[in-house]
Amino acid sequence: MEVFTSYHNIVSPLGFTSEENYDAVLNNNSGLKIQSFGKLNESFCLGSISAEKINSWKKNYIGFEKLSKLELLSIISIQDVLNKSKVSLSDKRTLLIYSTTKGNIDALGSNANPAKAYLSNMANTVGDYFNAANTPLVLSNACISGLLAIIMAKRSIESGQYDTIVVCGGDIISEFTVSGFKSFNALSAEPCKPFDKNRLGINLGEAVATLIVTNNKNLINKDSAQIISGAGANDANHISGPSRTGDGLFHAIKKTIQNQNEEIGFINAHGTATPFNDDMESVAFERSGFSNVPVNSLKGYYGHTLGAAGILETIISVMALNRDQLIYSGGFKEKGLAGNITVIEKNKNKKMNAFLKTASGFGGCNAAALFKKC
Amino acid sequence: MEFVITTYCKIKNNAIWCNGQKLFSVKEMPASDFLKEAYKFSEMNYPKFHKMDNLSKLGLIAAEICFKNSDLLKNNDPENTAIILSNHSSSLDTDRIHQNSIANKDRYLPSPAIFVYTLPNIVIGEIAIKYKITGENAFLVSDKFDAETLVNYTQQLLKTNMAGAALCGWINYDGSDYEAFIYLVEIQKDSIKSVNFKALNQTIVNQLYQN
Amino acid sequence: MDALIEKLKVQIIEQLNLAEVKPEDIKPDGPLFGDGLGLDSIDALELIVLLEKHYGIKIQNPADGKKIFESLRTMAEFIKSHGKS
Repeated sequence: MEVFTSYHNIVSPLGFTSEENYDAVLNNNSGLKIQSFGKLNESFCLGSISAEKINSWKKNYIGFEKLSKLELLSIISIQDVLNKSKVSLSDKRTLLIYSTTKGNIDALGSNANPAKAYLSNMANTVGDYFNAANTPLVLSNACISGLLAIIMAKRSIESGQYDTIVVCGGDIISEFTVSGFKSFNALSAEPCKPFDKNRLGINLGEAVATLIVTNNKNLINKDSAQIISGAGANDANHISGPSRTGDGLFHAIKKTIQNQNEEIGFINAHGTATPFNDDMESVAFERSGFSNVPVNSLKGYYGHTLGAAGILETIISVMALNRDQLIYSGGFKEKGLAGNITVIEKNKNKKMNAFLKTASGFGGCNAAALFKKC
Repeated sequence: MEFVITTYCKIKNNAIWCNGQKLFSVKEMPASDFLKEAYKFSEMNYPKFHKMDNLSKLGLIAAEICFKNSDLLKNNDPENTAIILSNHSSSLDTDRIHQNSIANKDRYLPSPAIFVYTLPNIVIGEIAIKYKITGENAFLVSDKFDAETLVNYTQQLLKTNMAGAALCGWINYDGSDYEAFIYLVEIQKDSIKSVNFKALNQTIVNQLYQN
Repeated sequence: MDALIEKLKVQIIEQLNLAEVKPEDIKPDGPLFGDGLGLDSIDALELIVLLEKHYGIKIQNPADGKKIFESLRTMAEFIKSHGKS
């Protein structure tokens, strides 16, 4: 059975549609800004969506007062995709998969409604808004959640359980995550520089991204891609430190590309810009024989958007594939990596047929998926 | 190909069961104390255990009990063994501890050793490290135990050769509430046949969970 | 100095949840990382939290931790020269 990506949407600091986002990235605009944040009024570089913009959208949605920020952004994103595709979540053969790491974690810090912090509560609120026939499936697998949600969607369709899956992923910037990553010494005070020799760590970002995955050929459009294969693997090494040998990512890639002979036009990596993560990825790519395949990370435009990242980055990459464009790996200047890879230094045109998407995260998890033109 | 449940373990109400038999129980006590007693009973002798959050401790004990009563690790390639877990409260039990550490401007002391556990899939990572399991992972969150999704997804992984065996189940820890139900799935081969094995389907998984 | 080292032993065991380690197992001049106590990268960051929590010392650059946390003695010396009390 062939499974495709169809309509999509990105809600981020760079715009509220995929097209706005793609144009911004192509023009090297970044959503990252140095700003004061949290109780201690410390300075952080974050990719946040402006509150004014969110408020201006609120009036379009019924019952918005009861929605959390993440629920509202998710509904905006999913609504756009449903409008364009005419897919309905009230169809029994359609499922919503929601990918998130922390969901409404801001509900913990307020007195508002702690029940909202339960991830299924949040996903059900979003599902109910669209009269979903099936209870939404929530996937929370650290930083690979988004990509793994796409892979799970493909598998669930292949099993015959569903025909169409709306894959939505989102996370917001919260004091919870910012303080935690700071205590980990993982944050860069400046805009992050994935794969650069002077990279200092990650920036947190917020976004919601939605992608339709389907076996329905009528939903194929000019921005679709076929999902050829995908796989996950665990490092079984350390819960937070990336494997020095890149074992888990190497195995996820190996399982993804075995029996495939597509020529890979580019790799859209995870590329968080921490010294160890980017080293690990470079080693895994070199071990996979990809030293000459162009690689980019989109974290330099968005920061790390956690549960949204894998979906957001897949959407931008599918658009780049269909436009035969290699996108500059934002923030990169000079290579300084343990493994030998080719980082994309500027936007370029290149005839391509397929790309590889990867992700890695806490808990030693890794995922990879291969997409090709329809 | 037939997929079978070869071992299962349940931990709740101050007791541990394996394959339907009660192995261990203690008088009513706080959940965190119960985990200490259960750790001693499991004899896993793993100092890292004490560094883990409660969700990971619960998951690790359940996995240890299963593997002690199973040849899964002997019969299967670790690269080909999947870990698929689920719960209702994700990592909220530990999330609250981290949130408390940043609630007050004057006592603002987030701890990296706590923050790292504010993701539910860390329990998968801990099980993967302890037993060197490097296959597929997924952590799902639902209102209640969802046998349908777990069984369908595991079957799909096995049918498509993305896994040859799996550790699956439900690990929930939320304040004083805790519950673990873990089962091991393997492909039935002549070398590992037993009348005690149960077919992998939704009805049986629900039965084992509820009994 | 010796009293501070003894206090640190207890605080480290508590902060790092080294439940199976006794204070007398930690040697004042033995390495804390590597083969010593088997501590890892998270523990290194956690020791920074310990210094702030118990001694009010903020380490701005975590890379400095490597020297400070070589052994109990280097840690104690650092506290003596930087502590408020």
